[in-house]
Formats: sequence, structure tokens, C-alpha cells
Amino acid sequence: MFTIIRDLIRYNIEFAIGLAILLLLIGAVILSFFSPYPASDIYVVAPDIPPDAEFWLGTTSRGQDNFWQLMIALRNTLAFGLGVAFLSRILSLVVGLTAGYAGGRVDRVLMAINDSVMVIPHFPILVLFYFVLKDDMSWLMLVLILSALGWSYDARLIRSIAMSLRTRPFTTQSVYSGMSMRKILVEEHLPYVMPIVFATTMNNMIWSIGMEITLSVLGFTDVDTPTMGQMIYWANSHSALISGIWWWVAAPVVAIIVLFIGLFLLSMSMNEYIDPRSRLNRMGS
Amino acid sequence: MAAYMIFVARRFGQLLLVVFLGISATFFISHMTPVDPVAESITAITNFGKSDPEAIDLMRKTLTELYGLQGNLFEQYVTFWSRLIRGDLGPSLSAFPTPVSQIIFRALPWTVGLMISATLISFLLGNTLGALAGYYRKSRILKIVSLGLIGLQPIPYYVLAFILLILFGFVWPVLPITGGYEMNADLTLSFTLVLDILRHSILPAMALVLVGAGSWLTGMRALTSNIVTEDYVTFAELGGVGSTRILRSYVVRNAMVPQLTGLAMSLGAIFNGTVITEIVFGYPGIGTLLINAVHAGDYSLVLGLASLSIIGVAIAVFLIDILSPLLDPRIKAE
Repeated sequence: MFTIIRDLIRYNIEFAIGLAILLLLIGAVILSFFSPYPASDIYVVAPDIPPDAEFWLGTTSRGQDNFWQLMIALRNTLAFGLGVAFLSRILSLVVGLTAGYAGGRVDRVLMAINDSVMVIPHFPILVLFYFVLKDDMSWLMLVLILSALGWSYDARLIRSIAMSLRTRPFTTQSVYSGMSMRKILVEEHLPYVMPIVFATTMNNMIWSIGMEITLSVLGFTDVDTPTMGQMIYWANSHSALISGIWWWVAAPVVAIIVLFIGLFLLSMSMNEYIDPRSRLNRMGS
Repeated sequence: MAAYMIFVARRFGQLLLVVFLGISATFFISHMTPVDPVAESITAITNFGKSDPEAIDLMRKTLTELYGLQGNLFEQYVTFWSRLIRGDLGPSLSAFPTPVSQIIFRALPWTVGLMISATLISFLLGNTLGALAGYYRKSRILKIVSLGLIGLQPIPYYVLAFILLILFGFVWPVLPITGGYEMNADLTLSFTLVLDILRHSILPAMALVLVGAGSWLTGMRALTSNIVTEDYVTFAELGGVGSTRILRSYVVRNAMVPQLTGLAMSLGAIFNGTVITEIVFGYPGIGTLLINAVHAGDYSLVLGLASLSIIGVAIAVFLIDILSPLLDPRIKAE
């Protein structure tokens, strides 16, 4: 494990940058617990102060310290993304491994459902959810909804690996030694798909956090919890750009871009690590 | 040909399943609401003045019927489907009594136009650059361009559109940042109107292309660099076939089929992106309509938009799916 990471850092610049960004984010998350102000209190400092030595990222028109808001927002947004990724990974593992191993009719039914979930446009569905739930739209609810929508693409990937695992001799041997299907999937096949599960986690987080930001900016979530989207939402609703409070908008936007590029670099380098062909390409060129 | 017909039939079955699952989801989501749309509407109407209880009762009855909310859940489900099949999405509440379908069809051309043009541009741009970058691996310019586009790809549609809005609206205000045409434009077909509409579509389309092109580029580059190592490409090179011809007829033609399948699979996401980008730029399409409908509490319009989006995307996916094998050089042999 550690040698893999060391080699990746040494030979894969994308991984090194991605990892550095990830560590930076973890630092921000740890820092957020030391925030001197409660997360959703407003008018705790003088509003609209540009960035200076005391307030590194200035203060907002709502009288909040922009820097600490950003740290807490990062923590909440990351927790949100991890939550969705975790739940949807479980779904995609169950569907992908089962479909790939069972094959035949089970496979066809599961993949038909899978492909349907894949092409249904998510955004109108999410808006519809907000429309009917309104104030009952909690973060937990949103995590559940996004998990239910975001598993299909990766289930297909996992299935394709599981299909090839089924034909391997060790699977036959496990069947003959009387292992149950559940046991074969969990104990024999799961370790083989774990790398791809990790790589897809990053992509899934990019997707779910993107959705969170979009919905929050529109005010379609619980806007009292600081998240990246919620920061832009309040900045927009106070017309921060027009009144020249640029730091209120710039801070979350820059943080979002850094976060996404970090996640993307990690996912790209992990995919490359999993796929030996592209590794050969890199060595050759 | 028979094999192709079976393929089309199977795809059609998939289309029906997508529509069935999507519409059922829409129905059940809209019915798990803790808020009663009828009560909401009545509050909205009676806000403006006093009404006697009898009138309210009558109103409640009419609205229940309009929303298809009479009977038990199953009966409502059947009503929902039968109305949908007849194309009757009910009247809009915020623009009463205009039918929802009429409002949607007024906004639809904007979304479809933006989506098709942006998708075409990003698909062509990404695939061309990807093929070139996969074929001419040493080129430094191609490497830099690829890096730029790939770096933009993970950024959410909303954020990129927002950045463009700041750049071209505040920092360097050269392009119109809201709407689909000038506020007081003369809406008869003329050269100036077309130019005006094009000018307004530049920023939304640019946002979509910048996010979209990167993924086509990555896919195409990977496919190309795999295909160029195939024996038939080496053979053609040794036989003195020109590199443009190799790239066009030997490499890209073969890589096109998986890329089109990719297009079909990501069409839902592209639609999401279009809708979200529209909202940022206040473009008069489905997205802006959806948000306005939510803010106006227009139950039937939100429901109609969600249902039609699902059906529209599913049909588009079906069309790409059944057309893409026809591009495959191998299918002609059958």
C-alpha cells in the first residue's frame, strides 16, 4: 500500500498534485473544528471588510468571517460527497457484482434498470424532489436521493470486471467447495473490484458535489448549513458582485475549482494505475 | 439486416422501460409531498381577497380534478398516465388557464437549439482534438490544449457558467449575459434578430462546450492511441497511405462507434448541464422555466417539465443508439 503510494508520487505528477490538494483539504477540515464562531451565526463580525491581516478572506455582508465560513463549508461539502459516494458505492457493488456473477436473466433485468437510471436526467428529478419536500428537504434526504441516482454508471464498470472474474478458475473452485454466492461475491470477488471502487469514488464525488452546489446556489437545499453552494447562494442574494464584495464570491469559487481539480487528478491517476495499458503508454512516451 | 431489426426492437424495449420507470418515479415523488397542492393553490388564490366557503369548496373540487388527485393512489396513477399519453399536462397555475404543454413548447426550441449546437460543437471539437492528440503524440500545442480542456472538464456546469458570467459580464463586458434576445427586440424573423439570438447564445454555448469537450477529447485520445498500434494501421502506413487518410478512414471511423455510444449514455448529463447553464444566463428555455415554476409553486408545470424531460432525453438516446451502428463500417457486411 505505502510502496504503491510512494511510486505513484514519484512517477505520476497528477497523483502527487491530487494528493497534495487532498491533504490541504483534510487540513482545512481539521482546521474547521477550531472555528472561533458557530457555523450558522450571522453578524458576529463587522460586515464587508476586505481581506486583511485579521480577516484573511474578508468578511461577508452577513457579518461572518469568510475564512472560517469557507473551512466549515469545505468540511460539510466533503462530508456530503463522501456520504453519497459511500452509499452509492454499496448500491453499485451489489448490482454490479450480482449481475456480473449471476449472468443470464438476472443480469439482463438488472442492467435494463441500470441503463434506465443512467439516462434519466437527474436535475429535473432533484428539482421535483425539492418542490414537493420544500422545508423537509434535509441534507440526509439529499444524500439518500443522490445515492439512489448516482450508482448506475459504476455498477456497469463493476459488472464488466465481475463477468471476467466468474470465468476464472478460483471462482469455479469456490463453487465446488460449496461457498454460497454471497460469500463468493464478498470474499472472493470484492477485493478485485476495490481499486475501481476507489477510483469511481472520486468521480462520484465530483458529480454529487456539483449537484449540491447547483441546488444550493438555487436555494433548493437547506441553506442554513454552510456548504460551498450555500456560500455562493448568500453572496448572490446579497448581490455581492454588484456591490463589489468580490472576495465573498471568489473564495468559494476558487475553492470549488481546486477541490474538483484535485479529485479529478486523483481519479485520473488511479484509473491509469488500474489500467496497465495506459501505464505502458506513459513509460513508452 | 434482421440482426439490426432485433437490435432496434431491443433498444425500443429499453426506451419504453426508461419512460415507464422515469414517469413512475416522477409520479411517486410528486405524491409523497407533505404539502397538499390543492390547499396551496387555494391559499394562493384566496390571498387576494375574501371568498365564501361554498366557492372554496367548489374550487377545491375543481382543482382536485385538474391535478388528477381524485381516488386512491392507483387510480391517480392511471389518470396520470392516460393524461400524459393524450398529451394533456393540465393547465398552468401561474399562467392560468394556458395549458402547460403550450408553455413548455414555447420554451423547448431554445433548449433544444442550445443543446444540439453546444453538443455538436463540443463533440466535433473534442473528438478532432482527441484524434489529433492521440495520433501526433509529440505535438506540444496539442498537449497544452488537451491539458486545458481536460482541466475544465470536472468543473460543475453551474460554476463554469458563473465564472464566464463574471468574466464577460463584470470584468470585460462585451457579451450579453442574460436572456435569449434583446429585451425590446422585434420578434419578427429578420437578420438582426438572428444575429441578436446568436450573440446571446455565445456564452451559454461556450460554457457547455468548455465543460463538454474535455471528456470527448480524453476518450478519443485513448481510443486513437490504441487503434494506431493495430496491425492494419501499421500496414497502411507501410503501404504509403497518407497520414490524413489514415487518421480519417482508418482510425476515427473505428473510434466513432464507442464515442457515439458514449454520447447516448451521457445525454442525460448533457441535458442537465444545458438546463443548469440556462438558469445562470436566464436563457428562456426549459431550465429557466423550471426554476420559475418552482418559485411560482406551479405544480402542474413542474410535473410536466420533469415528465417531458425524461421522455425527450429517452427518445434522443434511443435515436442515437439505433443510428450509431449504421456508422460502423462492419455493419454493411451483414
